[in-house]
Amino acid sequence: MTDVVDYDELLTRYEPALGLEVHVELNTATKMFCGCANEFGGEPNTHTCPVCLGLPGSLPVINAKAVESAIRIGLALNCEIAQWCRMARKNYFYPDMTKNFQTSQYDEPIAFDGWVDLEVEGQTYRVEVERAHMEEDAGKATHVGGSGRIQGAEYSLIDYNRAGVPLIEIVTRPIRGAGDKAPQVARAYVAHLRELMKALGVSDVKMEQGSLRCDANISLAPVGSDVLGTRTETKNVNSLRSVERAIRYEMTRQAAILDAGLPVKQETRHFHESDGTTSAGRSKEEAEDYRYFAEPDLMPIAPSRAWVDELRATLPEPPAERRARLQQEWGFSDIDFAAIVNSGALALVDDTVRAGATPVAARKWWVTELARRANEDGVELDSLPITPAQVVSVQGLVDQGIVNDKLARQVIDGVLAGEGEPGDIVATRGLAVVSDESALGAAVDEAIAGNPDVADKIRAGKVQAAGALIGQVMKAMKGQADAAKVRELVLARLS
Amino acid sequence: MDILKATAVDLVSAMVDGSLTSEEITQACLARIEACNGELNVFLSVDAEAALEQARAIDARRAAGEVLGPLAGVPIGIKDNFCTTDFPTTCGSRMLEGWVPPYDATVVGRLRLAGLVIVGKTNMDEFAMGSSTETSFFGPTRNPWDPGRIPGGSGGGSAAAVASFMVPLAIGSDTGGSIRQPGSVTGTVGVKPTYGCVSRYGLVAMASSLDQPGPVARNARDAALLQQIIAGYDPHDSASINQPVPDLVEASTAVDLSGVRVGIVTEFKGDGYEPGVLDRFTEAVELLRGAGAEIVDVSCPAFSYALPAYYLIQPAELSSNLARFDGMRYGLRAGDDGHHGAEEVMNLSREEGFGREAKRRIIIGTYALSAGYYDAYYGSAQKVRSLIQADFDRAFEQVDVLVSPTTPTVAFKIGERMSDPMSMYLADLCTIPSNMAGNASASFPAGLSEGLPVGLQVMAPPMEDARLYRVGGVLERALEAQWGGPLLEQMNTSDASKVVPA
Repeated sequence: MTDVVDYDELLTRYEPALGLEVHVELNTATKMFCGCANEFGGEPNTHTCPVCLGLPGSLPVINAKAVESAIRIGLALNCEIAQWCRMARKNYFYPDMTKNFQTSQYDEPIAFDGWVDLEVEGQTYRVEVERAHMEEDAGKATHVGGSGRIQGAEYSLIDYNRAGVPLIEIVTRPIRGAGDKAPQVARAYVAHLRELMKALGVSDVKMEQGSLRCDANISLAPVGSDVLGTRTETKNVNSLRSVERAIRYEMTRQAAILDAGLPVKQETRHFHESDGTTSAGRSKEEAEDYRYFAEPDLMPIAPSRAWVDELRATLPEPPAERRARLQQEWGFSDIDFAAIVNSGALALVDDTVRAGATPVAARKWWVTELARRANEDGVELDSLPITPAQVVSVQGLVDQGIVNDKLARQVIDGVLAGEGEPGDIVATRGLAVVSDESALGAAVDEAIAGNPDVADKIRAGKVQAAGALIGQVMKAMKGQADAAKVRELVLARLS
Repeated sequence: MDILKATAVDLVSAMVDGSLTSEEITQACLARIEACNGELNVFLSVDAEAALEQARAIDARRAAGEVLGPLAGVPIGIKDNFCTTDFPTTCGSRMLEGWVPPYDATVVGRLRLAGLVIVGKTNMDEFAMGSSTETSFFGPTRNPWDPGRIPGGSGGGSAAAVASFMVPLAIGSDTGGSIRQPGSVTGTVGVKPTYGCVSRYGLVAMASSLDQPGPVARNARDAALLQQIIAGYDPHDSASINQPVPDLVEASTAVDLSGVRVGIVTEFKGDGYEPGVLDRFTEAVELLRGAGAEIVDVSCPAFSYALPAYYLIQPAELSSNLARFDGMRYGLRAGDDGHHGAEEVMNLSREEGFGREAKRRIIIGTYALSAGYYDAYYGSAQKVRSLIQADFDRAFEQVDVLVSPTTPTVAFKIGERMSDPMSMYLADLCTIPSNMAGNASASFPAGLSEGLPVGLQVMAPPMEDARLYRVGGVLERALEAQWGGPLLEQMNTSDASKVVPA
């Protein structure tokens, strides 16, 4: 993708403002208002009952565990927790809504006025959280035929397994002043939320399964202006990388429109992973009227201060403190440590170190090798089918001299391909380093015979020339020779 | 014993002493329904075979020596907005014609558990919107006192079923008076329990913050027994009150009212109240005084604003509650011919499925909740609601119960008010405050005006439902002593000759 307008150049004229709405699916055992299992997948319409199907006469009952998770999330985002709040009905018609209203919260969110601090390239950005509120998810509609959207579809299938799954929507205040770093700040914010939700244990936060979803509101205003520009809302941003790409694309797209002296249209836009662009969705010129009112079927929620304090005591270590502690424990420089955080590998590196690897080894595999693979496959790092324990095994094989780093990458290929445990893959793929003298001897002799001038140099005492012969042997042995052993054999034969 | 005219209590005694079986009683009720339903249009669905089977099962259990509940074996009718797995649940609407729910309402489940024999589902105004049962898609129900007149609404079917001796008991739901006003105009007892006393789970919602299921019966004691069975905490209804239900049956047998302070709501008289209604009311109050009650006047000024506030809150909530009827998952689907998109099918289904009154209220409610109008309409109405609540609180500091006429007039003629919604809405003028505040309220027969029943409304504080039965029971005994029997015995006009049992 080429930028429509030069990115760095547009920032001399425009200042971006972002507003991020992140939906987090809670991992409670049951749904928000009924006893149905809250599980991803399953045969369509099997996790349903009169309540989540919105059948006439059915009534919701709030899931206390979901309220607890909402409060813990609010506290972890440094929010105030409402002393009294209500659920509200958001009325609109859509076939994936069983009641044609969504039970949500409107002007009385359970948590409000919070903030998070983010580190991006050595600078701290404070993102203000306006609110975190509870709501239910809708069913999942699959439109068959046409463009895959409801308009023009041949028919649509609806799975209500997701209907009534508890969600927390976290909304930021406008994020301004990030300038050219706006896309990275957004990414860092979503990465931070993911890390936080994981540490709280309240969600699976799998972006590709939709258990963490981000809608990005973006607008541009002339540099120095106090007024926010017209915004667009980009949906379907399903990975950390997409958050960054989508925002960057929207910034350039809007700059081109403004440069042409045209107004940006307020609308919903859809992000396309394939080419990194966005396209227009529903127009928001006429603001939809959701006719919110307090949900009369549910009682007000009034968490006692004692309960809130109890929940506060269950919060995990705040991310900033945790990062500071881990950096110190692991002994990384700021740059090396930032690479871990930015690749979303902090929890994975931590788990790998806890499972027995050195911090250096854990960082090496996750941040260089595995992050690259995740990027290539377009998936999140933690969705790669490899566990911290398996990474420890891979490093163990290296430490024992069974494989070298290059072979270890092939072991990882095997693990990712589902071939089993690292030790087994060494055997089945025949990846072990050869250190047996009889097997190496012939290759060493051949290398000496083929390079008499190099051999002479070594005989004359130029030991460093041995590298060339070792390289020949390695090449002949397809990388599987034990380099130290080869060196030993070369020097023994030529001394 | 005349099975049809007997009280539920007497029927149970007869079953206990072996002189009657539930099968015989059910058979008699079914025959009565067969004879009169064509003229009165009370039941929308009846399953004679299933009812007799339930009755025989109860008889067998009783014969086996099992100790059964106090109303086991008694036939009952259920308003057609309670979900039942064995009958369609239409809510009187074309939208749900033939829809059989996959689950039972909590009230229905409790009735089954208590061994009552469910004979069928009763007619009602569409989605409980109306005061005459004329907005039913399945045609109006007629008042057994005068088939040219309405039986009240929305629960006209349940009231008429009991008044016409088809069944001794019925279940209704009361959002603004839908149990009490039909009770008043048919000469039966209708009780709206405290909001949260009886579970709403499985009652198809009209206005969630106002809806409350309750009993319909021919006397206070039968109603008390029925409420005792259907009341009680239900974890499926968040508004359900987790407290023991007071002894209502005991209260219904009280013999005097000494020490009871009765407040007359001074706002509920004057223009629009028929003289006959006010006369019966005044006479009834004198009987209460004679039974030992202290009578005082109590002003509840905010009650005058209850009706307009109600007609914002109730349509607002129902506009949202009725949104689910879109033809997508159940009920009527129109325009599904391959040429219409989902949105068009939703629109066509709602256009065809809902009647005029439903559409009128959906439009009013949608408007009242709209951005820019919310504060002026829905918001203001909620403030009035608080004022009504405060009036009740103040009143109940001075008195134990409040009384008023249940409805300003006797049963009006079929068709008389259909073209004038405002006059129709006025039928609920006196009953609405208790829905707005959530307190307990009931209507008891107070006599006749021009040959048609008049009701007296009793209102009590939340969870003091027992007071309704105490006052109602004492009044009933005093009046029946004067009349020489129940009011319904006086139903014998030539118009109704066909429906009055010999």
